[in-house]
Amino acid sequence: MSDHDYRPKSKVGQWFNDRLPLLTLANHLTDYPTPKNLNYWWTFGGILTFCLITQIVTGLTLAMHYIAHADMAFESVEHIMRDVNYGWLIRYIHANGASMFFLAVYIHIFRSLFYGSYKSPREIIWILGIIIYLLMMAAAFMGYVLPWGQMSFWGATVITNLFSAIPLVGEGIVTWLWGGYSVDNPTLTRFFTLHYLIPFLILGLVVLHIWALHVPGNNNPVGIDIKKPSKDTVPFHPYIVIKDGFALLMFMIVFAFFVFYAPNILGHADNYIEANPMVTPAHIVPEWYLLPFYAILRSVPDKLLGVVAMLSAILILAVLPWLDTSKIRSAVFRPLYKQFYWILVADVLILGYVGAMPAEGLYLLIARVATAYYFLHFLVILPVLGFKEKTLPVPLSITEPVLGGSPNLAAARNKESKIE
Amino acid sequence: MKNLFKLFSIIILIIASNSYSFAAEKVEYLKTDWSFKGLFGKFDRASLQRGYQVYTEVCASCHSMKYLSYRNLAEPGGPEFSEAQAKAIAASFEVTDGPNSDGEMFTRPGKLSDKFVMPYDNVKAAQAANGGAYPPDMSVLVKARGGGVDYIYSLLQGYEEAPSNVSLDDGVYYNKYMYGNKIRMAAPLSDGLVEYGDGTSATLEQMSKDVTTFLMWSAEPHLEARHQMGFKAIVYLIILTVLVYFSMKKIWSRVESEV
Repeated sequence: MSDHDYRPKSKVGQWFNDRLPLLTLANHLTDYPTPKNLNYWWTFGGILTFCLITQIVTGLTLAMHYIAHADMAFESVEHIMRDVNYGWLIRYIHANGASMFFLAVYIHIFRSLFYGSYKSPREIIWILGIIIYLLMMAAAFMGYVLPWGQMSFWGATVITNLFSAIPLVGEGIVTWLWGGYSVDNPTLTRFFTLHYLIPFLILGLVVLHIWALHVPGNNNPVGIDIKKPSKDTVPFHPYIVIKDGFALLMFMIVFAFFVFYAPNILGHADNYIEANPMVTPAHIVPEWYLLPFYAILRSVPDKLLGVVAMLSAILILAVLPWLDTSKIRSAVFRPLYKQFYWILVADVLILGYVGAMPAEGLYLLIARVATAYYFLHFLVILPVLGFKEKTLPVPLSITEPVLGGSPNLAAARNKESKIE
Repeated sequence: MKNLFKLFSIIILIIASNSYSFAAEKVEYLKTDWSFKGLFGKFDRASLQRGYQVYTEVCASCHSMKYLSYRNLAEPGGPEFSEAQAKAIAASFEVTDGPNSDGEMFTRPGKLSDKFVMPYDNVKAAQAANGGAYPPDMSVLVKARGGGVDYIYSLLQGYEEAPSNVSLDDGVYYNKYMYGNKIRMAAPLSDGLVEYGDGTSATLEQMSKDVTTFLMWSAEPHLEARHQMGFKAIVYLIILTVLVYFSMKKIWSRVESEV
């Protein structure tokens, strides 16, 4: 089972493998010992890989028909929707695929938060994940600009203008980003170039993310270190492959529903109006997946501090492994953390909701409270909790809770199934 | 498993409610049965043809539809005029073509491959002819308005006397469904304005419904193909999911664990 003693059976295989050990890699991937108690929250890694590939394939196809020019972009998108064979299908998969990608990545991130997957020895996996997430946001934002509708144009204007908050050099940076004195054709062409580039950077980082994962192996719902391979593990193929496949198919049903029956529900109607620098839309809102950060940005009265708060909200995640002082990974054995975890989930959902609302009155107040709580969670609650919390006894191996060993473990198992 | 489904539905609800997040500003739109909604939704062919008549006789004098071609009128999933009818429709428009070998522009009757002829040469000309307001291009209009078809359908029937506390400038009209209630377009439709060839009574309501149906098609010309493919794709995925589920159960029965 171990990588070292693998040898291909055929002579040709051996000859090839001695020169380029691809077969060893394939063997490692299929045999890769995986904890057998992984629940469905662990299937989103595979789902995300599917999302990335889908976006790249549909994106390449769209790029063959799209024209990155301020005067022609909107029309070329309509050309894709009307005259390109199945262009409507490819574009709707790509546009809704972005939303599905973020839906999956948020579940993936929050799974990690719940089960403490970011903790030692998996910090590098986690940080790579945060970089991937940042790049995803950049790619999604630039992608949304490409159809050159009203929300594209004004979204680009608002977001790029954030850089003007930087003291002294801010204005210069904005002009440099735009390639002129307003969002215009040079902005569109560079956004297209970067939108094309970023997915491949993400692909590279995903390889590193998985590589780093395969060093310590998967975390698991119990959150304990396990021996590999052992009775606690199953080989990746066929056990995890089929389970991931099943979850992926369910995910695809949801995906298909959006693509075929509600393809525009996640977008904004204004983006079907061609960009017009002379007319500002009544409400400029980003796509749903960026709303929590948009709410944080707007909740701070000062522009520069707002930008700092928004960036910190993301970057704070990168130092999470050191902010969380608890030695116990899984929230299953952390009764207090579990409650704060769900409050954080609610907090982020609330931020998303107020992000879509006008920044005034009660909405603004709620956004400010929710923003304060967001930082409180990471900067105060998590570090303190590690010292104060009385955790539940943790089992020694996952075979025990799975088989329902001692009474203590049966309790742990009950708790776990509640989450699943 | 159940919880996973729950989570999915909650998340979808949240996402869906986000896109309706300006609900507070909305007025109740007029409702009607749209044949193109739902899993098997299809366009009402006769309604599309009547809708085209309303568009071309009424709307087209101000509103362009620049992303449509005359050939679209004969394509499957649309009004499905016969090719001869579509050719006749195209030929009834004068299209500027050229330059010819003498370097001159010339006009000729339209062909199927021509885009819909625009009422004005450019945006400025359209504004000049309409008191400064640009009549928006109608190709994707229903997708470009928050309320979609219900909004357009209501707007066409939403003209009223302005309440006494609202003062209107010249060339501005009161419409209870318009954002801010003030609209630069005079009521475009009135009972009996067009005469339908199929004998349908051309009431305001009927014309509004027909032309809105036509606009839905012009914005989503492949809607029928999308619904048909969607049903097949989802049924296929569900069957495959069930098969994979049982395979998974079988495979995992070899280890003492749960899936």
